[in-house]
Amino acid sequence: MSYNQQCTAEYASRNNLPEFEGVFAKSPQLASPSTKRHRKLFPSLEEAIRTSGLRDGSTVSFHHAFREGDKVLMHVIKTLSDLGFKNLTIAPSSLLNCHDGLVEYIRSGVIAKIFTSGLRGELGEAVSKGLMDVPVQVHSHGGRVHLIQTGEISIDVAFLGVASSDEFGNANGSHGELSCGSLGYAKVDAAHARYVIAMAQELVDFPNYPASLSQDQVDAVVTVDEVGDPSLISVGAARLTKNPRDLLLARIAASVIEHSGSFKTGFSMQTGSGGAATATTIFLGEKMVEKNIKASFALGGVTGPIVDLLNKGMIGAIADVQSFDVTAAQSLRENAAHCEISANEYANSSSKGAYVDRVDVVLLSALEVDIDFNVNVLTGSDGVLRGASGGHCDVAAAANLTVIVTPLLRSRMPCVVEHVNTVVTPGSTVDVVVTDHGIAVNPNNQALEKRLRDAKLPVLSIEELKDLAISRAGKPEPIAYTDKIVAVVRYRDGSVMDVVRQVAR
Amino acid sequence: MRLRRSMMFIPGDSAGMLSNSYIYRPDSVMFDLEDAVSLAEKDTARLLVFNTLKANLYGGIETVVRINGVETPFWEDDLDMAVRGGVEVIRLPKTESVADVKEIENRIENIEKSCGRPIGDTKIMAAIESACGVVNAVSIASCTPRMIAIALAGFDYLVDMQTSRSSGSEPELFYARAAVLHAARAAKIDAFDVAYGNVNDEEGFLREVAIAKNLGFNGKSLIHPRQIELLHKAYAPTTGEVDHARKVIQAAKDAEEKNLGVVSLDGKMIDPPVIHEAQRVILLSDHS
Repeated sequence: MSYNQQCTAEYASRNNLPEFEGVFAKSPQLASPSTKRHRKLFPSLEEAIRTSGLRDGSTVSFHHAFREGDKVLMHVIKTLSDLGFKNLTIAPSSLLNCHDGLVEYIRSGVIAKIFTSGLRGELGEAVSKGLMDVPVQVHSHGGRVHLIQTGEISIDVAFLGVASSDEFGNANGSHGELSCGSLGYAKVDAAHARYVIAMAQELVDFPNYPASLSQDQVDAVVTVDEVGDPSLISVGAARLTKNPRDLLLARIAASVIEHSGSFKTGFSMQTGSGGAATATTIFLGEKMVEKNIKASFALGGVTGPIVDLLNKGMIGAIADVQSFDVTAAQSLRENAAHCEISANEYANSSSKGAYVDRVDVVLLSALEVDIDFNVNVLTGSDGVLRGASGGHCDVAAAANLTVIVTPLLRSRMPCVVEHVNTVVTPGSTVDVVVTDHGIAVNPNNQALEKRLRDAKLPVLSIEELKDLAISRAGKPEPIAYTDKIVAVVRYRDGSVMDVVRQVAR
Repeated sequence: MRLRRSMMFIPGDSAGMLSNSYIYRPDSVMFDLEDAVSLAEKDTARLLVFNTLKANLYGGIETVVRINGVETPFWEDDLDMAVRGGVEVIRLPKTESVADVKEIENRIENIEKSCGRPIGDTKIMAAIESACGVVNAVSIASCTPRMIAIALAGFDYLVDMQTSRSSGSEPELFYARAAVLHAARAAKIDAFDVAYGNVNDEEGFLREVAIAKNLGFNGKSLIHPRQIELLHKAYAPTTGEVDHARKVIQAAKDAEEKNLGVVSLDGKMIDPPVIHEAQRVILLSDHS
């Protein structure tokens, strides 16, 4: 050993640094040409899971870009169950009706805890009836990122369905036969999970661009028979409506935006999904074309009508965290002005910059609104979990004008009420409520109320709307609950906004 | 002057539709006790419509009840309920002669007397649904001061004529439309064109609206709320028409203030019918 080698060894030892032991000592996977290039590609999901180090009690995550067409989550949970895992925490970005099968895995002890933006269907019903020992934590899309970054959601393994990936893990949702469009939620999981498995519909040649999930984030790649069904992405959400009531709501909502004072060139907007929201986008678009008012950007869950406006030059750019239909997914693939953003960029209040902070006008739906303008998008009039927090409270908090659209009654149940069952979005962040029987403006925004009255729009007080609903439908019996808490509503900053209790049988 | 562009049908046995269809703001709403209601539901429908009328949900919208025909065992109970409920207009289906109208007019008068409504308060609209009805339209339209409109009903009429609907200019309906419209105008009452059955065919609907509007119909019978706005937009006057109407009305006002017997605008004399038409254009504009 030379003197210099002695000095090197002594320095490393003295400073508690590792001494060089060979080129591949710390990265043996690079030693062979085969493992160097192909090490991430696993022949089966089971092998990738075994390699991931997943244990009982770990946290696994998923995204919901395929919405009702998702095939990944149930496939993975079944596999984990078959492998004998128990007591897992699942942290999908949201849960839909296609995930009803989770009930049996909760009953069998595979799943012990859930973080999600929403839950519905049989799962929502079962949870509401007390299925789980630990309350479901319901977060917003922005709030989920906050909980991940603060460590409350500590993802051990992320199972991320993608339309295409190369063997090194460069993956996206926009290129491939079964395309879901934006991977805005998955990008967060890929950035923070301890181990990331890309579950690819198509394995393509390296390098696969655009890399929504990047090779430096992905640990394993497996191919799947069917990652999801894109035709089901827009089921129950982003469809064009023929429902006359939704069309009526949309026309009123578009008029409210037109006369709000925010409708001028350079404005930005988020209009979301659902029958009335999609129709509002179309009617608002007609007004934009007629008056040559161009928006700087549109945000959010993106639908075909928003893409149409981009193609007509009426919107400068689209920031897309979730593509709500095939048209949006195709546009993301083909139009450079249609950009994929992560949920952190979209709506996290503790990020260095969220797009919602720059939104002028947002249109949001509601299951219930109360006389303090608080909004419930989570529990139905029977107290059962049948909705999602989504980006609702995120964008309401940040937008300059928050418009809530809801029919006054749904099947004889009032939607404007004295107190909502569950507060998801605080009333202080809501400006106007549009119903099919009239609109109510938050008293905090007197200037807006004057503008809408001047435009001869049917402005009533929120109390008048509530009374009108009761006069038509009668006063519903209060929902019977037990004291058991089945879900906790977390505001976007992680704080506890409300709790959902077990419905009495 | 009352606008009667849109008369929307609502099945009398649909509690959901009865309880909230006013939100679509048609000019007139027609609660149907006849063809839209099965035999088993006739009593239910009558009670639901009665309670809808009494609840006074349709403020500002003209209420019409289509009773069952005088050949059925239901029409007298229908009439009793509707008049007592306070309906504005009774629509008589399959009207073929003055005798049909007189029979229900007498009955209406008796009910008005017994329930305290002013005699003549309840109006009548005759639906013409047969060749016989078309031929007798002139006498039907002018047989009572209660008659406020006649409506052509295309389906039964075309069956009676042994033909069917075509697309395009609809020559099979031309004579009936022209005859019914002339009868209405001669009697100084309103006229409704036929309903358009394919609610998903907006193009076909608007084509037919254009035919009706150009002929001079006040409006159409409608079977779906989505058709209301389409119809109202089609009947909306242009900016140029509204501007001209305003000038005509201003000229008439100026002439009245100056006690001039003759109204003139831009050197041309304006007749009273022109002023009346200008008022109608402004009314249409205000409600478009």
